[in-house]
Amino acid sequence: MTSHVLGTQLLYGGSGILLVLLGLWSFLVHAPLLRKLIAINVMGAGVFHLLVAIAYRGIDTPPDPVPHALVLTGIVVAVSATALALAFGKRLDRDGD
Amino acid sequence: MIRPLEHIVIPSGLIALGGLLGWSLFLAITGETGDRLAEIALARVPDSGVSNPVTSVLLNFRAYDTLLELAVLLTALLGIWSLGAAGPGFQKAASVLEGMVAGFVPLLILSAGYMLWVGAYAPGGAFQAGALLGAAGVMLALAGHRNAGLPSEDRLRPLVALGVFVFAITGVLLAVVGGGFLTYPAGLAKWLILIIETAATLSIGATLAAAYLGGRPAPEHATRESA
Amino acid sequence: MNLLLALFDLLLTLTLVGLAVVTLTSREPRRAVILFIAFGLLLALVWARLRAPDLALAEAAIGAGLSGALMLAAARRASDRNSVSTEGSNREDAP
Repeated sequence: MTSHVLGTQLLYGGSGILLVLLGLWSFLVHAPLLRKLIAINVMGAGVFHLLVAIAYRGIDTPPDPVPHALVLTGIVVAVSATALALAFGKRLDRDGD
Repeated sequence: MIRPLEHIVIPSGLIALGGLLGWSLFLAITGETGDRLAEIALARVPDSGVSNPVTSVLLNFRAYDTLLELAVLLTALLGIWSLGAAGPGFQKAASVLEGMVAGFVPLLILSAGYMLWVGAYAPGGAFQAGALLGAAGVMLALAGHRNAGLPSEDRLRPLVALGVFVFAITGVLLAVVGGGFLTYPAGLAKWLILIIETAATLSIGATLAAAYLGGRPAPEHATRESA
Repeated sequence: MNLLLALFDLLLTLTLVGLAVVTLTSREPRRAVILFIAFGLLLALVWARLRAPDLALAEAAIGAGLSGALMLAAARRASDRNSVSTEGSNREDAP
């Protein structure tokens, strides 16, 4: 593995970790439900980004398909969890009024 | 004013976590490993019945994951339905938007079919095709169709369960015939994967559109009144 | 060639992290959601660069599109509620 590929993996993997941390910070600090939900989604995107970065093998080598399959299922699970959370939020609003 | 939790504990905890994660990332990508999973998976792709590596991992090598993931999607929808009925929906679209929607929805359905077929050898597959179907549903909902083009609830229930059902039945039948749960026989893999993917696409599309409505769909007669 | 690619990588990463920061720090719900959609679309672009076109398609359609549509509806409800609770205080985002 060349140092160029290693550098790319480190750059994108590091930005994935940064996204996880930013999302976690926002989730802990901000109170509104919608902002917490966006924060969780950014955290999830950071995890996916990290996995995609680790799967990268250079610009002309086929990447590792196993993390890709994991991320693909993860995206769909994330959107269904988001929809469920929003339905909970809607119900909370209706019962709170 | 300094609030200790918000200004000291959380940032320092996050920095420590970041250092740990960064260190483990560095170790993970620089460390020497034996046979990585990637080489094994890529070498076996020709046996899997499809030539797109991601589809072969998703529906052949790690088919369990995908089956359980469809079950998660179904469970989320059941959770949404248990929270009450869907809202009143959007107002009826004006003629320009209605015309655009009438043109775009068939196009989206056609692209979903293409995406499903092309997933065997190029980027695409059941999830992307299902997302396109779901997008068609969202577009109909935004244009004022109260049920997002979905059928009534008694016909919608089998539709959202279809993916898990076909997947599980195929797996059990293969186990009975002798190959083991979800171990495809050599010549049939392509067609079995296509059947499972078609069922999964329909279910994912219907589930995503139903999740967008945010509750149990309205009964049929109420839809006619509002339409 | 390699230098150009490295520069492109750096630019993409900076834009991505910058978009995440403005998404997470914006108070107004609708603004936050729209920035989140932009973030998801840029993430899809980055994954296309990292040779993951399957994921780029899924992220653009599901991660940005469907999540965005779901959250926009929620953001509209949140702004409606704000404008009801602060009636007469002349909010910009009142419908």
